[in-house]
Amino acid sequence: MQGAGHRIAITGYGVVATCGIGKQNFWKGLLGPGLSGSHTVEIENWDATPYYAGPKEMRRADRCEQYAIAAAQEALEQSGDLPYDRSRIGTIFGTGIGGLRTLEGQVEVRVAKGKERVSPFLVPMMMSNAPGAAISMRYGFQGPSETICTACAAATHALGYAARQIAWGRCDAVLSGGAESAATITAVAGFENMTALSTTMVSKPFDATRDGFVFGEGAAVFVLERLDFAVKRGAKIYGEILGAGSNADAHHITAPSPGGVGAIACMKLALEDAGLNADQIKQVNAHGTSTPLNDAAEAHAVEAVFGSNNPPMTSIKGVTGHPLGAAGALEAAAVLLSFEHKLIPPTANTTVVAPEMKVDIVTGKARAWEPGPTISNNFGFGGHNGSIIIAPFVN
Amino acid sequence: MDQQLFDRFKKCAIDVLAVDAGKLTLEAKFKEDLGSDSLDLVEFVMALEEEFGISVPESDLDGVDTVGKAFNLVTSKVS
Repeated sequence: MQGAGHRIAITGYGVVATCGIGKQNFWKGLLGPGLSGSHTVEIENWDATPYYAGPKEMRRADRCEQYAIAAAQEALEQSGDLPYDRSRIGTIFGTGIGGLRTLEGQVEVRVAKGKERVSPFLVPMMMSNAPGAAISMRYGFQGPSETICTACAAATHALGYAARQIAWGRCDAVLSGGAESAATITAVAGFENMTALSTTMVSKPFDATRDGFVFGEGAAVFVLERLDFAVKRGAKIYGEILGAGSNADAHHITAPSPGGVGAIACMKLALEDAGLNADQIKQVNAHGTSTPLNDAAEAHAVEAVFGSNNPPMTSIKGVTGHPLGAAGALEAAAVLLSFEHKLIPPTANTTVVAPEMKVDIVTGKARAWEPGPTISNNFGFGGHNGSIIIAPFVN
Repeated sequence: MDQQLFDRFKKCAIDVLAVDAGKLTLEAKFKEDLGSDSLDLVEFVMALEEEFGISVPESDLDGVDTVGKAFNLVTSKVS
């Protein structure tokens, strides 16, 4: 298999997040107060009607898919019409779970009313590939349409693989990102019983007193485009994807490998793919879930890769909670916004960084910076690691 | 025609098939006039079963392609 070596531009992106709908509202949210007082954070008063032709179509899309459709609409409004053969526009999407709300609701229907009452739309609503499929169908994108399902690393893996479709020369543009809306009563109980959620109900990544994550949701969708084509058509370029890494811990279903060795190798793969040295990375957007094990392993890994003079690191999960498979998508959007605003958003709620962590966590308020190549990490249950390097566009 | 029954039938159709009440004539064809596909009709039949406390096996649905035929089927089950 041969690659064509094309560069990859991001020419539009849309965000649906608990702290704001639309990318600039999302940014305001990232600068606002952190989460506290609940195990979960969900989008309040979600209204999907602006994104659907009618109530029937809307009802037949799980929340997870509705978020993806809304974010895709915002992204494509920015990119404008993509002047490419439809068979060369792909949809490479990520989700950790998929339409769990629908499944749980229909299990309740079956128990209460019998199997004859289970909706004929259960399957197309719950399947994890539904959000990506919905985007491809709505816009008629006939290139590869695939969904990556690697738990909390899904969107980062999707973005990396989507970028590769362009680098390889298979696609001229790809819609990519991730969506999640899975905080059902049963799923929350599962995470709670495995002691992953914060018992104090505060998300405070890398803090000395962190004790688990807050279960979030949301979506972000990106228009990736062959960079020379985007330049030629005069599209606004929000950033460039320079490289991506993907590997596995092959260690434990939920715990990271000791010392973060999987994460170290993954970040190195991304650096190699981007053709960058470690000292050229100017920001780390951490997975930073606020769980004791993840944050310890990630901080150690960042120190191992970048040395004692490591770049500033932030985790947006103090505000967003942990939106599982959408995490990497929201974080890539945060990275692009940090380029635009020349600010690194703070790690909300974190006051005292764990003293054993020799990393520079941005806390308190946003930090001014000169935008440069940024690495974003995500790690999923199952030992899936993903890192992606995004940079401001420099012609 | 039992108008009260037909009103209940129409309400199911409006809710499930998301069509305007004005289109729900007895002659209206589900596919051509109301834009309903096969999954829509499965959901519609389920709603009718629930509303009227009836059971409609799949074999009864052969040839039921209009609002009027569906309503007759419901009427025959209710009475």
